[in-house]
Amino acid sequence: MTTSAISAGPASTAEALPAISLRGLGKSFGNVHAVHELDLEIRQGEFFSLLGPSGSGKTTVLRLIAGFELPTTGTIRLGGTDVTRSAPFERNVNTVFQDYALFPHLTVAKNVEYGLKLHGVPTAERKARVAEALEMIRLPQIADRLPSQLSGGQRQRVALARALVLRPEVLLLDEPLGALDKQLREQMQIELKQIQREVGITFVFVTHDQEEALTLSDRVAVFNEGKIQQVGSPEDLYQRPATEFVAGFLGSTNLLEGRLAAAITGSDALSSLRPERVRVGAPAAHERGVAGLVSESVFTGPGRRLVVAPDGFPEHTLLAEVPHGAPGSTLQRGERVQLAWPADAVYTVPRD
Amino acid sequence: MRFSSLSKNTLRALTALIMAAVYVPLALVIMNSFNAATSSTFPVQEFSTKWWVAAWHNEGVREALWTSVKVAFWATLIALILGSMVAFALARYRFFGRNTVNLLVVLPIALPGIVTGVAFSNTFKNVFEPLGINLGLFSIIVGHATFCIVMVFNNVQARLGQMNRGLEEAAMDMGANVFRTFFQVTFPGFRAAFVAGALLAFALSFDEVVVTTFTAAPGTETLPIWIYNNMARPNQAPVVNVIAAVLIIVSMIPVYLSQRLTGADQLERKASKQKQAA
Repeated sequence: MTTSAISAGPASTAEALPAISLRGLGKSFGNVHAVHELDLEIRQGEFFSLLGPSGSGKTTVLRLIAGFELPTTGTIRLGGTDVTRSAPFERNVNTVFQDYALFPHLTVAKNVEYGLKLHGVPTAERKARVAEALEMIRLPQIADRLPSQLSGGQRQRVALARALVLRPEVLLLDEPLGALDKQLREQMQIELKQIQREVGITFVFVTHDQEEALTLSDRVAVFNEGKIQQVGSPEDLYQRPATEFVAGFLGSTNLLEGRLAAAITGSDALSSLRPERVRVGAPAAHERGVAGLVSESVFTGPGRRLVVAPDGFPEHTLLAEVPHGAPGSTLQRGERVQLAWPADAVYTVPRD
Repeated sequence: MRFSSLSKNTLRALTALIMAAVYVPLALVIMNSFNAATSSTFPVQEFSTKWWVAAWHNEGVREALWTSVKVAFWATLIALILGSMVAFALARYRFFGRNTVNLLVVLPIALPGIVTGVAFSNTFKNVFEPLGINLGLFSIIVGHATFCIVMVFNNVQARLGQMNRGLEEAAMDMGANVFRTFFQVTFPGFRAAFVAGALLAFALSFDEVVVTTFTAAPGTETLPIWIYNNMARPNQAPVVNVIAAVLIIVSMIPVYLSQRLTGADQLERKASKQKQAA
């Protein structure tokens, strides 16, 4: 696979500058604040995800960077250059759209070639770069097909090739895998990550799928209600959530509070305990635990999910993910159970 | 909904009857245009193309045809420009009075032609004539443009509503400026609706009588007005049949083409939607 023509140029002084720098960026539609004033820096060559539920402002931030919307407040810098008021065609960024937005009347090759033509690239070089881009997405054989003759996954890749062939400073991806089924989505995640590593271009990836964001990203910004909740590596976000929202949004967790938290952790501060760190059995020396009654028992494939009502706390439930074959993996509803977890599995979460 | 075979057959018979009521007289006109006799007869004793030849050489007919073509052309051109622009404004932007403008644009098609005609006639006589602008070709064109705009507007606006705005954003994203985006992406997207609207507008203007009667100066005749004025003259009657036959054909072709255009458009969209769903 050859990607030399598509990868970013050699390291230069721009390396030190952030690829994207947002300062006090805000956007209102009428009375609705889609994005509250936010600051964010995205590094060169980073795979950066904007993660959040729908309506959290993540797509608006992407569209502001692309230039499809003008911000109400703040500035946008690309590689140090202020592009806040520039038109989309004046910015060296390209977008992979959620619905791909391939031109229906142009063949795949013509779709990929379109931007090169606009930039006045000579015919011979154009042909070579189109061929190379189709090679990169492993679809050289579909060059002469129309978008309507492609599968969803193929369209997704063509959209990626069309954006990358222009060698942008930054590639913006708006929920690009949202329309694909689960299997294809997971396959495309791996391919996306590989392509990003090969071309070395900064990727800004919008998604509402926390698993996808954790799998793909170098760093993630978690959005809620137009504000950034936390920016950090996937490990940071998962293990040290800065807010109650982040703790609840990334993966499933047991949020403990009140009397139960006091009984288990000795403090009534809000704390989080991931279900996969809970095991069935008597607590060892370094562990803590609780006894209870299994109120639901669900087979999940890789194991069994137990919903446990702890003794003395009938209003609370604890989730435990028990791997197949581990102790307790055959427990049924109504059985007694003893749960245990390492003391360091419980951490306090700042309240929102 | 399912029908019994009795009601099915009744509906079939009714449909046939109604179709016959509409199209048999038209067929008679076309047949009589090939009738060698001077007065319309049924059944036709002898077929001939002599009245077609006579019509071709008739000065009045030629002049009226030329007038009709000029009127339809200019009215359609005005309708294309103004209709598309209004369609864009209403489909793409939200502004105060948007629904009112929408209603005002569509209203002329619902207004009785006689009202439009009288209104134009009065306006021209009372306002424009003192300014030196008399009834004539210009006033007919303006009168026709009022309802021709609706044809273009309706077609273009409907298409714009269904268009994928993402395509325009994609073009801009890849470096196309506003003009390139419009001519390479936006216009091809609604071209079929644009042409369909133009064809309908042309057909509508070409056979319009009522508004024309009120806005034409005494000497100006469009083809339908020429027919109206010559119908009662016995020696012109066979030529009238020929002209009527021509009008039928000239009106049907644009309507057929515009249906094909918008139909093809919808088929294409349906096909791509099904593909996406699959």
